[in-house]
Amino acid sequence: MSAHGDSGNGRGPDLPIAGGPAPNDAPAFRLIATLAVAGGLAGLLIVAVFQWAQPRILAHQALVLGQAIEEVLSDPARYDTLYVAGDALTKEPPAGTNPASLEKVYLGYDGEGAPVGFAVQGAEPGFQDVISLLFGYDAANNRLLGMTVMEAKETPGLGDKIIKDSAFVNGFAGPTTPLVGVKIGAGKGAPDEVDMITGATISSRAVIKIINDRLEQIGPLLRAYHPGGGS
Amino acid sequence: MKATTPGQDLLRGIWRENPVLIQLLGLCPTLAVTNTVANGIAMGLATFFVLLGSSLLVSLLKRLIPNEVRISAYILIIATFVTLADMLLQAIVPDIHKALGAFIALIVVNCMILGRQEAFASKRPVGRSVLDAVGTGIGFMITLLLMSAPRELLGNGTLLGHPVMGTHFEPWIIMILPAGGFFTLGAILLVYSWWKARSEEDVRPRQWPHGVLPGKAA
Repeated sequence: MSAHGDSGNGRGPDLPIAGGPAPNDAPAFRLIATLAVAGGLAGLLIVAVFQWAQPRILAHQALVLGQAIEEVLSDPARYDTLYVAGDALTKEPPAGTNPASLEKVYLGYDGEGAPVGFAVQGAEPGFQDVISLLFGYDAANNRLLGMTVMEAKETPGLGDKIIKDSAFVNGFAGPTTPLVGVKIGAGKGAPDEVDMITGATISSRAVIKIINDRLEQIGPLLRAYHPGGGS
Repeated sequence: MKATTPGQDLLRGIWRENPVLIQLLGLCPTLAVTNTVANGIAMGLATFFVLLGSSLLVSLLKRLIPNEVRISAYILIIATFVTLADMLLQAIVPDIHKALGAFIALIVVNCMILGRQEAFASKRPVGRSVLDAVGTGIGFMITLLLMSAPRELLGNGTLLGHPVMGTHFEPWIIMILPAGGFFTLGAILLVYSWWKARSEEDVRPRQWPHGVLPGKAA
């Protein structure tokens, strides 16, 4: 084993700490074999831990999404997952498609079974990184029900107010769409106005743009959908 | 190079050769994730786990790893442990994983870890390598705590998420921004160097003027 003169086999503590070992001439297949075996073992180990961790990670993501849906739809009695298939919403994923890869929206119902509104996800670049959010949309009255930011890496203390500033977040309960962002105090009281955050203009604008863009894409589908299945 | 005792191997990384304060390694996570104490602790633990696992394996396998591909092999070992740490954090503490973001994956390129493998674990017995990894990991953790405690306290008015500064405290937002990281690191390095220089001076006999201590005067 020690024939290849690797100085790494020293046992004593009196070896130099700095300075690389002397070069040696291991055959090429040995180099490749070493790395291949090490890579294979590393892969096996990672797969084993992944098997354990993945269900927990997915369960947590589902939990977070469920809480966000309940928040933006103001605690619906229940909600359905709807799949966006082509230009229609369906309760069941179309045959031959992978449900995980389809876009989804969530339709909430109140205690009497009447639809409250849709929860829709959207994501677009903010100031530093992609802002991902969920908003509630009342298709019958074309107005927003609420908004919560799922993921954002905006500037701490400034841009991250889009998550924490309750005045801003509450501003998304009620306005009609498409939204218009206004500076605080500059609004004229129009129903489509949302107050932006001073010091977080770009982040505020990004949130408003995400919602407007998503509704432009998917709004017609939501307004055309009738939960009973009839026209 | 002098021989070291096991105690020295353990303690060296904690204070005298602290990875951040003396070697100035691992500055990227030190600056980036220390805006809250919880993030600092999580990053410290993740790095500790990776360092300990890598040192153990590199030291165990040092005779099986050919010299020509040793760096690739070390990186492979480190990357495996980082991937494990990443998935474990995501499964166990998802909120902290979210806050640390890409910096968990970037532990792979933390030169503090690769440095310990190349400089120490690849040349020493397993026990010494583990001691060295534990010492270095603790030293890194101490630095992250030194960085994150004042930053969270001043920048957010909280410690570990608990408000401690009272309602009239206006947070110094700059302390949790990147600039605050540089300020804090600069201040810590200043104090540390000053303290170190002072303790070295103490070793020399004092030069009293006017021969107060006979025999010692210049």
